[in-house]
Amino acid sequence: MAFLPELMLLAGALAVFVVCLGEGRVRLAKATATGAAVATLLACLVSFRETALLFEGAYRVDLFSQGLKLVFALGFLFIVLVGGELPDIREDAKPEYYLFLTLNVTGLTLLVSCVDLLTLVVALQLASFPLYFLVALRRERDEQRNQMEAVVKYIMFGITATGIMLFGMSYLFGVTGTTSMPTLQARLAPLVYSPLVIAGLALMWAGLLYKLAVFPFHFWTPDVYQGGSNETTSLVASLPKLGALAVLVRFVTLATPEHEPLALLLTCLAIASMCYGNVLALVQKDVKRLFGFSGIAHAGYALIGLVTLDPVGHVAALYYLIAYQFMVLACFVVVCRVAPGGGNVALGDLAGLHRRSPLLMLTLLVGVFGLAGLPPFAGFMAKLTLLKAALAKGHLTLVIVAVLNTAVAIYYYLALVREACFRDPEGQPAIRLDAPTRALCVVLIAGVVLLGLAPTALLEHLAAALATAWGPIGLAGSGTP
Amino acid sequence: MPPVISSETLPYLSLLIFVPLGAAVIAALLPGERAVRWWTLGVSLAVAVGSWPLYARFDAGTAAFQFVEHAPWIPALRIHYTVGVDGISLLLVLLTTLVLPLCVLVSWRQISGRVKEFMVCLLVMEGAMVGVFCALDFILFFVFWEAMLIPMALLIGIWGGPRRVYAALKFFIYTMAGSVLLLVAILALYLELGSFHIPELMGRELSLSFQGWVFAAMALSFAVKVPMFPFHTWLPAAHVEAPTAGSVLLASVLLKMGTYGFLRFCLPITPQATMLFVPWMMALSVVGMVYGGAAALAQNDLKKLVAYSSVGHMGVATLGIFALNREGLEGALLVMINHGVTTGALFLAVGLLYERVHTRELARVAGVGKQVPVFTGFLGVFALSSLAFPGTNSFIGEVLVLSGAVGWARVAVPGWVAWVLLGVVPGVVLAAAYNLRMLQRVAYGSPRNPDHAGLKDLELREMVTLAPLLILVFWIGLNPQPFTRVMHASVRHLLEQVGGP
Repeated sequence: MAFLPELMLLAGALAVFVVCLGEGRVRLAKATATGAAVATLLACLVSFRETALLFEGAYRVDLFSQGLKLVFALGFLFIVLVGGELPDIREDAKPEYYLFLTLNVTGLTLLVSCVDLLTLVVALQLASFPLYFLVALRRERDEQRNQMEAVVKYIMFGITATGIMLFGMSYLFGVTGTTSMPTLQARLAPLVYSPLVIAGLALMWAGLLYKLAVFPFHFWTPDVYQGGSNETTSLVASLPKLGALAVLVRFVTLATPEHEPLALLLTCLAIASMCYGNVLALVQKDVKRLFGFSGIAHAGYALIGLVTLDPVGHVAALYYLIAYQFMVLACFVVVCRVAPGGGNVALGDLAGLHRRSPLLMLTLLVGVFGLAGLPPFAGFMAKLTLLKAALAKGHLTLVIVAVLNTAVAIYYYLALVREACFRDPEGQPAIRLDAPTRALCVVLIAGVVLLGLAPTALLEHLAAALATAWGPIGLAGSGTP
Repeated sequence: MPPVISSETLPYLSLLIFVPLGAAVIAALLPGERAVRWWTLGVSLAVAVGSWPLYARFDAGTAAFQFVEHAPWIPALRIHYTVGVDGISLLLVLLTTLVLPLCVLVSWRQISGRVKEFMVCLLVMEGAMVGVFCALDFILFFVFWEAMLIPMALLIGIWGGPRRVYAALKFFIYTMAGSVLLLVAILALYLELGSFHIPELMGRELSLSFQGWVFAAMALSFAVKVPMFPFHTWLPAAHVEAPTAGSVLLASVLLKMGTYGFLRFCLPITPQATMLFVPWMMALSVVGMVYGGAAALAQNDLKKLVAYSSVGHMGVATLGIFALNREGLEGALLVMINHGVTTGALFLAVGLLYERVHTRELARVAGVGKQVPVFTGFLGVFALSSLAFPGTNSFIGEVLVLSGAVGWARVAVPGWVAWVLLGVVPGVVLAAAYNLRMLQRVAYGSPRNPDHAGLKDLELREMVTLAPLLILVFWIGLNPQPFTRVMHASVRHLLEQVGGP
């Protein structure tokens, strides 16, 4: 039972793979993927309260992992729907899109349960490689060959980051002689201020910070966002970041509270990400590239929660990124639908959205104002939780920088709103939405509003999940140095 | 900390907040423009009538918050849903609910495109504005405070004049930049005092330097909203470009949120810092009065003229607030209400005039009075009220504020600061000058303008729009007692909290 969501995903991936073997089975592949998503969602609900320690203590099913798996399953469904007819994926590779998508979600789902460094690396790679392929699957046409450049950057940076991560892990292994994270934690506790361990931890985080697109591991972000097809970017922009953050939270708890060097390191990363992302987003004209830079900034905001090195901050960071999923997907639904042919969307292409499709405009408005951090949307309450956690630990400078960044960010978010709401269409046609898209828009809007106004259940779940994140299940936590 | 009284059977305040919000959702689903118009009018009238029990059942003998409702909202963050009103917020709530139907009425013919969205924005604004004045939880307050920004920016940006996009963005960015500082202040207070509950934050022991920073952060945010002198530049742009209903809402309600913020938060939460900053706030207020008046005198666009007059009037209000004595505070509250009535009415009048002659330029509307005597009558009364003519509402408020300010000057410690008050004199004279100049041009200027032939005078709907404000002008002007009655206890309590002279 505890392994049900993963089984569903693996079965789904296998089924999509079989479907891919034939010719012209796009619809069937999409239906299979949708089915897999729904089945996974149900499986996650069924196994929500399960706890187990599988595979000799390398795989941990607990409240923490199951909650995130539920979010991934939901995100999976959303992304299948966001993709629509996959207008910008090569015709002959459309079924494979669903295969790689399913594999990516499988990787992420495994990732949040891994408590052994080796399984973790494998899961991380399973979550990474499909994304490389997905970016490359974009249709080639005149003036559109930058997907190859993007994918090369993506792979190069990805592999470098993974290498650095493995290097860091080797340090930790050398110091402790184990790859099992609970044991690792116990053995690291007395050594946590030694330079070797700090270096090891910091290097190990690199692989995750790369996924999260934190400065200075962000270089791939704008190009991949711009080079990938709209539907691929929706995926790159959302789920992997949450997966990376979840593992990062597990890792950060390896450090004891009140660990100044690590807090300082994270503070610098957060500040650099926020400032860099927001400032560069100000001058972007391509909407996806803009969201790329804004994503870097948001990764910086999420890091604020880790700086505190306490559960309150971790809850805030996870809440922030879960809310971010809804907000960013709301924006990307609009990006995908505004370009029915699948081309990139410039700011001007949003002009007059309020006349062309009021529902899309509302979705964009909710998503963008959510990202900007305005109440009553989720972005506000999540940011409030983050800032509160950071201030409680006395990180005043960080909070002030974050707040100033929020003010800067308003400007480019308003640029989107200006085009969509205040400009009249200049000959762009009206946009007709099919029923699934409309349903998706409504669900995302409701999600962003509800997460903003009624986050109690989520916050309590996250707090409970983190409280038990290293608690004993069977063998876990029994290691002593 | 004043006790709270809650003996009500009906959640009046929640109804006033959520009925408009719910009605906005229904309005979005209604088919047809007619239906949406009548629905919005009906709801806003019902809310206006429904807010009457607040006044009727208000106990003027206590400074406690009344009609209080309390429920946990997000326990994990210790945020509560708490609403209540006292003598400071009561009249502002009533003003809000009164103005809304007038906004719907004046937009009846003026807004022809996208009526549904317009009315939805108005209803959302109403809920949020009432929420701002009622909220007793700091986060709840902030949510309403910011939630209002989006519909207001949309009102300006979609239905506004030619430079609407610029005005909407400027409005948004200014207000937002101010309010992020407010958010930091809220969090700082929470960490220091462990609560978001506003009455609990008042009158607590805080170090002077902490108070100073919190005051500065909050005051900056409120000063943008008021707007006080160097932060006012968004106001003329927003007012001029907004549709009439938007201008009215801005003038009558939104600007009051800034002064309300000073009264509700700065004074009682950071009293010592307030004392420290008083000379500067007084000076800025006087500069605002003179600057607003002088700028208004130089305008040729009627809406700009009224907009700059707002800067001056709000300067009077902040002058009264920071005089920190009974006359000053009560006068300031009255000026806030009066400004809502009078300036709201002037914007309505300018909007109605624009619908007829399609210009707001003083030179081109000159002499229109001959053709539209009823309109000119209304305009005359409001213009006189705006210059604080005895017998009209503003007179009472300004006299109270000025006597409060003089009272402050007599006890002000650094003697030179008192001289700042001499600036009030040109401020008052300028108000008379620009109002009379406007009235003289509109009513009697160049008698024969071919453009004005065949103009229709006000129709019944338009008279109904202006009449309630006209009644209030004289009612407050001749018998302010029913309005000041509810303030006394709260103002006295506020003064005790500040511990001022």
